[in-house]
Amino acid sequence: MPGPDSYRDLREGVRKLCARFPESYWRELDEREEYPEAFVRAMTEAGYLAALIPPEYGGAGLGVAEASVILEEVHRSGGNAAACHAQMYVMGAILRHGTPEQKQRYLPPIARGELRLQAFAVTEPEAGSDTPSIRTTAVRRGDRYVISGQKVWISRVQHSDLMLLLARTTPADQTRRRGEGLSLFLVDLRANLGKTVHVRPIRTMINHHTAEVFLEDLEVPLEDRIGEEGQGFRCILDGMNVERILIAAECVGDGDYFVDRAVAYAKERRVFGRPIGQNQGVQFPLAQAYARVRAADLMRFRAAELYDAGLPCGPEANMAKLLAAEASWEAANAALQTFGGYGFAREYPIERKFRETRLYQVAPVSTNLVLAYLAHNVLGLPRSY
Amino acid sequence: MDVVVCVKQVPDTEQPIRVRADGSGIDEQGLNWILNYYDEHAVEEALRVRERHGGTVTVVCVGPPRATEALRTALAMGADEAVHVWDPALEGADHLGVSRVLAEVVRRMPHDLVLCGRLATDDNASVVGAALAEYLGLAQATAIAKLEIGDGVATVEREVEGGVEVLRVPLPAVFTVERTINEPRYPTLPGIMKAKRKEIRTLSLQDLGLDPAQVGAAAARVRYARFDPPPRREAGRVVTPESPEEGARLIAQFLQDTAKVL
Ligand SMILES: Cc1cc2nc3c(=O)[nH]c(=O)nc-3n(C[C@H](O)[C@H](O)[C@H](O)COP(=O)(O)OP(=O)(O)OC[C@H]3O[C@@H](n4cnc5c(N)ncnc54)[C@H](O)[C@@H]3O)c2cc1C
Repeated sequence: MPGPDSYRDLREGVRKLCARFPESYWRELDEREEYPEAFVRAMTEAGYLAALIPPEYGGAGLGVAEASVILEEVHRSGGNAAACHAQMYVMGAILRHGTPEQKQRYLPPIARGELRLQAFAVTEPEAGSDTPSIRTTAVRRGDRYVISGQKVWISRVQHSDLMLLLARTTPADQTRRRGEGLSLFLVDLRANLGKTVHVRPIRTMINHHTAEVFLEDLEVPLEDRIGEEGQGFRCILDGMNVERILIAAECVGDGDYFVDRAVAYAKERRVFGRPIGQNQGVQFPLAQAYARVRAADLMRFRAAELYDAGLPCGPEANMAKLLAAEASWEAANAALQTFGGYGFAREYPIERKFRETRLYQVAPVSTNLVLAYLAHNVLGLPRSY
Repeated sequence: MDVVVCVKQVPDTEQPIRVRADGSGIDEQGLNWILNYYDEHAVEEALRVRERHGGTVTVVCVGPPRATEALRTALAMGADEAVHVWDPALEGADHLGVSRVLAEVVRRMPHDLVLCGRLATDDNASVVGAALAEYLGLAQATAIAKLEIGDGVATVEREVEGGVEVLRVPLPAVFTVERTINEPRYPTLPGIMKAKRKEIRTLSLQDLGLDPAQVGAAAARVRYARFDPPPRREAGRVVTPESPEEGARLIAQFLQDTAKVL
């Protein structure tokens, strides 16, 4: 397990970049519901979003542990990496399952930030958490697939050049196993947006650019299918562990952000002639939240260590995400309570992050589904679905 | 243009600094050490000179083993080489001793330009840059806010009371920089990784052919007698005037009689 200072240089570097994007930056974007273009550009130009791409394709070739530290620091600074974190890991599907030609064609421009691949279209309105029951269908016609269907909650699709798409290529009743018959496609949004791909933005309680996506006879050339036909679900599963670990790190960053801010406020704010932080009723929730964040942090590094060593890490990655999302929410709640009325004020730091960190118990996977995974796959309990 | 930048590692002043109970110095426990802000501007200026005129940027630091972290910060920004000097005999050396060590390091390498920060945020002394120029026998300008490199000369600007002083200085020269000179870049990920892999040589006084008795603690002409924490600030006085006019009168009275500033 890495020591506390193993990532000192990396943390210091990310902090310096984030210092250029203070909380006022994020607050103003939030008010206007704007995409943090300048921040994303800075992260791209500094090479952070290419952390996981191997050097032979122009990236830094770092492990998930380092990538997670980068995102953690963004969140700890008060920022929100959701606007760009997917550029880090969606390319993993190409890296692990693409052909040599696909890797050569796509990874270098993604590493340089010339191509944004940060939209990942899985969720559908009818299927919800039950991914294998998606209905978007891809039909092979000669040297291409023709795809029709509907996706929902597809984040950053309006800020992406390419989109990874999961669609059914074999009807469910003709496959041997659930989860088979799905295939993965790389969709060129630049060529198809407004023609065969239509986007309708969804406004949410946070500044998160997400949308409904409608596909009408979208044509995707054969050479843009990633992995084998029918094996798409398997191709996205290994990427999900990376996503879980990175999201866990963002939650750890949020958790530390809340504890930092709340502790500083509790020391400063005086009521009844003493700092509110002198009351155990204020101290204990913060101490509790801090302990939970640290525990989740350990699970994050445990999962990352296994992943980076090429070992199975499904249970750890899922537990890291579960524990970290709960810890950040607990810390958010404790911070809000510590700030009292000011916790609700837009010009104070807490309320925006409070809204933002709540997401992680729902997306990219909801808490119940993580618990079901642990119950079925680790504890061996009967499947509930 | 070969540029040498002398840097110092200092405690992060964004954190609380505590004086040791016995007054012998500051409590280093749990301190976060960083590259002195002014030196960060000096490194940035050196990198800009290299971008415009070619050449190399070498950073030099005298300090205990942890000081190599400050050198890595400068390497991550883009410096080419880093030289670290430490010797147990330097524990307790004064500013002039450190300047003499730096002069010896600089003398041994190509240097068209030597840059330092105007001061280090730990003791705010502003001595090392100026003393270094003396020991090297080079022209100098302190607290420069602008630097332009010409043919064998540099044109620098200093912000002085009520105006700007423009100086033409023959090169090689030593300049200390003001924070207004530029906005330092933040490191890139490839920069951080390159800096991590870079080997940093540590030179001892013997390597530099220097006598500890001349530059180390033994030679120090300044010794710290005692450190005191800043006096505790007393709670402000709160007045509750009946009217704005009375409030104004109370404040004026306070400024005149108590604070005696009017
Ligand atoms: C802001 C945002 C961004 C998103 N970005 C993306 C994206 O980029 N790409 C993408 O593909 N998707 C994205 N999603 C979708 C997200 O992954 C889904 O919302 C999530 O997986 C849950 O699916 P659902 O909303 O349909 O909920 P449902 O599946 O309808 O579930 C609703 C609730 O019921 C619970 N539940 C359902 N089934 C069970 C069961 N068997 N046992 C116990 N509890 C159960 C769930 O845990 C949940 O709490 C995003 C969502 C949001 C809100």
